[in-house]
Amino acid sequence: MNGWPALDGFLRTDPQDVGCARAMEMLHVYAELVAAGEPAAERYPGVAAHLRACGPCGEDFDGLLAAIRGEAP
Amino acid sequence: MPEAGVSGSELDAESARWLRALAEPGAAREAALARLHELLLPIARREVARRGPRLAITGPELDDLAYQAAADALLAITGKAGQFRGESRFMTWAYKFVIFEVSAKIGRHFWRHPAVPLGAEQWERLPDRFGFDPALEAEWRDLAAAVRRAVDTELTPRQREVFVALVVNGVPLDTLVLSLGSSRNAIYKVMFDARRKLRAALAANGYLPDDCPGGS
Repeated sequence: MNGWPALDGFLRTDPQDVGCARAMEMLHVYAELVAAGEPAAERYPGVAAHLRACGPCGEDFDGLLAAIRGEAP
Repeated sequence: MPEAGVSGSELDAESARWLRALAEPGAAREAALARLHELLLPIARREVARRGPRLAITGPELDDLAYQAAADALLAITGKAGQFRGESRFMTWAYKFVIFEVSAKIGRHFWRHPAVPLGAEQWERLPDRFGFDPALEAEWRDLAAAVRRAVDTELTPRQREVFVALVVNGVPLDTLVLSLGSSRNAIYKVMFDARRKLRAALAANGYLPDDCPGGS
């Protein structure tokens, strides 16, 4: 793996990024849209930008999506 | 950038049933709480199992963590049920609190059992953090030194502290939040500004491509 793109990607910031507080507030709405196959990133580009950049919030999103998809019938 | 929010929606039947049940008095509410906990616990267990392979937590401790996360999520949900506005199914909203509690408890675990002593700076591990190929050391050594210089000269003391903890030492963000008595949002904002400054400095010195129209 070449680390230059990894470092460059890590340091790049997206002005649309809404930050953790807003992403956490919207996480259930966003995850449900994704689970339903709706264009969540188009509807909430700032949340999408944040989840791409923030490891902990991205991890929470993955967990919530897994919970929605895997919940017992 | 602010985004349009969602306005309250009409509740689906299942969500409305949950809200009614949690508003009942006495035994009916207790039964609803017990049922809700039954649904939250497997979500917590599944989440700690999903994250488990990347954590140095195993066995009964992992199950304790799941149980505590489900119990604390139940408290959060009952405390905030009045804030649920129907933008999603009630259970999706409820699961969110389980996931947040699992994150918080994992952060707390690493705060109590730090892998790196506070104050240590593992700069020698920086190339590993970004997957630099050891065979190409001659190429990245200069870049790694430039990153360290920029961290020392461009960042405020707070930004430097956060960058060193998260990036150089690999401290989990939720652990640093506890250590500094801060919030995930506040630490992320410090790091966001640090990333922007560092990239600008590295681009200005020719280490990274300059994306700004007209340079600088």
